[in-house]
Amino acid sequence: MAVRVNDKTKMSVTSRYQLPDPSVRLTDELIMQHIDASSRVIDLGCGDGRLMERLQTEMNCRVLGVDVEQSNVVSVIRRGLSVVAADLDEGLGDIPTGSFDFVVLSQTLQQVKQPRQLLGEMLRVAQRALVVVPNFGHWRVRFEVLWRGRMPVTRSLPHEWHESPNLHFMSMPDFRELMSSISLTIVKESPIIRGRAVERAWAANLRADSAFYLLEKDHSHFTRHSSDGQRQKLPV
Amino acid sequence: MPEESNQQEFLADTGSTEIVETRTSRLFTETPLTLASGQTIGPVTVAYETWGELNDARDNAVFICHALTGDAHAAGLHASDDPKPGWWDGLIGPGKGIDTHRYFVVCANVLGGCQGTTGPGSINPTTGQRYCLSFPFLTVGDIVSVHSELVRHLGIRRLCGAVGGSLGGMQVLDWTMRFPDQLASAIVVASGHHLSPQGIAFNAMGRRAIYADPGFNQGNYDPKSPPRYGLSLARMIAHITYLSEDSIAMKFGRRLQDSDRFAFDMLKETEFQIESYLHHQGKRFVQRFDANSYLYLTRAMDYFDLAEGHDSLAVPCRRATARFLVISYDTDWLFPTSQSRKLTTALVQVGRHVSFVEQRCSFGHDSFLIDVDLLAQVISPFLAQTRAAERHRIIRH
Repeated sequence: MAVRVNDKTKMSVTSRYQLPDPSVRLTDELIMQHIDASSRVIDLGCGDGRLMERLQTEMNCRVLGVDVEQSNVVSVIRRGLSVVAADLDEGLGDIPTGSFDFVVLSQTLQQVKQPRQLLGEMLRVAQRALVVVPNFGHWRVRFEVLWRGRMPVTRSLPHEWHESPNLHFMSMPDFRELMSSISLTIVKESPIIRGRAVERAWAANLRADSAFYLLEKDHSHFTRHSSDGQRQKLPV
Repeated sequence: MPEESNQQEFLADTGSTEIVETRTSRLFTETPLTLASGQTIGPVTVAYETWGELNDARDNAVFICHALTGDAHAAGLHASDDPKPGWWDGLIGPGKGIDTHRYFVVCANVLGGCQGTTGPGSINPTTGQRYCLSFPFLTVGDIVSVHSELVRHLGIRRLCGAVGGSLGGMQVLDWTMRFPDQLASAIVVASGHHLSPQGIAFNAMGRRAIYADPGFNQGNYDPKSPPRYGLSLARMIAHITYLSEDSIAMKFGRRLQDSDRFAFDMLKETEFQIESYLHHQGKRFVQRFDANSYLYLTRAMDYFDLAEGHDSLAVPCRRATARFLVISYDTDWLFPTSQSRKLTTALVQVGRHVSFVEQRCSFGHDSFLIDVDLLAQVISPFLAQTRAAERHRIIRH
């Protein structure tokens, strides 16, 4: 499955300044394809509630947003949706265990102080997690660091080092390794390459600027699939 | 007085000119109201005010539940030369957060109060004497039973919303669970599913101050000479719980009231500005509030516990069908944010529509009466969306 996005969402990377998360529409579509209709969804870092509204109106989902910014909370209320003001750095203690089918965390994991704890919490409150993260293994990032000796500013890492909200940088293998160490199953991995989410790709870690993951806690999936076609045994 | 000047600041921009009068209705005239304690009372006189117009569909009514010592006069002026408008005038009025061009707003004095609704200061029709402490014990639920009856009496089948802060928020919560069909939405501000033990402790001190007043006389005092020392001390204690450390420091600091120097006078009780302010608050309170009402209402507040008799708070929440908006303040230590979060968690657990916001405001518990712009920012779209959802609901049915 691949999702094609409008060319307008593709940004040139000639300038060092980029709009944050330019591939929003792509990730929205991608996330929606992995969510069952009429399910219960919690959107962490929901922003202005754009994805939430689509999930509710197009898919009849029951959606709760979580965001720390007051202006975002107001925007979600303006859409008539429910939202809880909370700081993801303080965990999901207010969200009851198993109260959702899906938890969404799009382009936010790299900004939280304790990504590992948050991932664990996410799969406490929901059955499945949908996560989109920037890929620090992208060639452009490597080029900026290695060749130019500069901290990278790319399409998915659009901030200067001193103003970046991004605290943690990970590549696709790094992410897989963490999942394995905290016993989360990667049900699906889709590298996002030049505005396209693909099933698998040659040298995905070099070419993907972001990656999409569908995660599960339970051990019903005994193998996990990585996008470069390898099959790995889950640690027991 | 520092408090007066500050009040003026807050009121300066409200610009309310709406004249409103307090009306009364007699309810429970045929069948008396059975209270939670098993005692009955009836008829009950209710004092209330309304703003705006009830529309033809009768779907634009919003009920305001006042806090411990509030009254029905939530907004507008009683006369054009009235020095100050109602207690939530910044939020309720034409073009304001709860826009009276759009909503028909009702606020009623609570059962057991002393501002027009039947309470311990009213005459018991069977004895011809004031009730005093023979007034039946009452709970938040009993207060809500009267509100609910008033709403029916006004010809409103379903409220677009009920809004309340502090003890008012408790009323709103009780309402959602006991009369769920009557509410499309519930806005619970600076409140919680119960009062913390610390809050009960402060209420206990206030009641002790009243009991210990030589003029209390088992509640059978002459209204013209109430237990003023006890009641004013109760207010002084309670008032501290409504403020925050920062708001006291900002407003008064360590400044002295009349001088730059200490008086070295052990009997001077108003030396610091904060002392003078509390004394002033106590004195003013005695002029407008009845000591017996204070006893009854603080007890009702202590007793309120949504989770009582249930394994968890989520169990009673299942009965509610309203859309919830829960609002807390970061500096409120009487009803801290943790309380609102607990309530939100319970509502999420049972899959109710709930939004939660913690507002940043330095005024402690009193923030909900002061920073009305913050409230308007979330209440206004929330009510508008509730109305939209209600129309959708009606079309579907």
